[in-house]
Amino acid sequence: MASIDTDNVYVALLLNFMLLSLMAVGGANVLLPEMHQFAVESRGWITAKEFPELFALAQAAPGPNVLFVSVIGWKAAGVLGAGVAMLGICGPSTVLTLFVAHYLERFRAAPWRIALQKALAPVAAGLITTSGILLVRGAGQSTFALVVSAGVVLISMRYNPNPLWFIAGGAVLGLLFF
Amino acid sequence: MNASLSPQSPPRVRPGKADYFWTLLKIGLSGFGGVLPFARRALVEKKRWLTEAEFAELLSLGQSLPGPNIVNVVVMLGYRDHGIAGALLCVFAILFAPMVIVLLLVNVYAEYSAVPWVRSMMAGIAAAAAGLILTMGVRMLRAQPQRAAVYLLAGGTIAAKLAGAPLLLVLFVFAGIGMFLGARGGL
Repeated sequence: MASIDTDNVYVALLLNFMLLSLMAVGGANVLLPEMHQFAVESRGWITAKEFPELFALAQAAPGPNVLFVSVIGWKAAGVLGAGVAMLGICGPSTVLTLFVAHYLERFRAAPWRIALQKALAPVAAGLITTSGILLVRGAGQSTFALVVSAGVVLISMRYNPNPLWFIAGGAVLGLLFF
Repeated sequence: MNASLSPQSPPRVRPGKADYFWTLLKIGLSGFGGVLPFARRALVEKKRWLTEAEFAELLSLGQSLPGPNIVNVVVMLGYRDHGIAGALLCVFAILFAPMVIVLLLVNVYAEYSAVPWVRSMMAGIAAAAAGLILTMGVRMLRAQPQRAAVYLLAGGTIAAKLAGAPLLLVLFVFAGIGMFLGARGGL
């Protein structure tokens, strides 16, 4: 991603997340590679090792997945940074959604919208899968971590229990074996 | 199809702003690993503010628009009854409380992240959380119609992103290819 260069941390958070907001086709999780690039590689607010851990914390807490963005903002510039980052990630997409909500009748059955939605569905699925692969790679500092991730994929594909069980299971396995 | 005009739907209630605020606050706090299933249960089954079909439509629109899916859904929900103010109120209600919790957790973690057993535990949680996101992706892939054009779009997207291609480029290229293939009946 061509991240926007500025020395002001709030402006950087706001503008970069505003850009990402309009690219988040399939939700905030598709942005993980971009957020890694921005927060770890380009700005150094978070280390490569912290990234999957902070993401996991955000996952383990209640609430929408997008709140990981507030964690990045917080690491960059405290509470205000968290608020600014959330404003950025929600702002542009919210304006677009309001527009769609206002002209809902026109969008509902528009052939081009349905065609675009069909075209984007496999792309969004591919983007989430890539986010998952990169996270597994980032969290997989040991063979055992990779085994845990693989086990979660196999078990949750088969049985689909509440995700909290996996978070709790990961915590226990981490305590016992890492 | 306009679901709200279907004959089976119950009389339409128009909840007040305070109703929206408290209900969405609760939904935001109840969701682990994504709040959409909790939102459906609360809005459709408990409150009956939306019919099943209306929720499905808002969700499908919310997912096809860029941005956080749940935020898009509550924007459309709030706008329907209370305009722009209602939409913004709903976004605030669903995000604020869990944001406070996440930031408190991160603060606590920052205090204790040097403790060896905390590090071990977090490494285990991170591996599990990563597996959950990968599962979500694989599920989405399996839910697609199993056709050559879908494999091409999804596989191409994964290959391009793993090779480090910028998201905007990937979106334009593969959405473009998808529109082209779709117009020829490939999707």
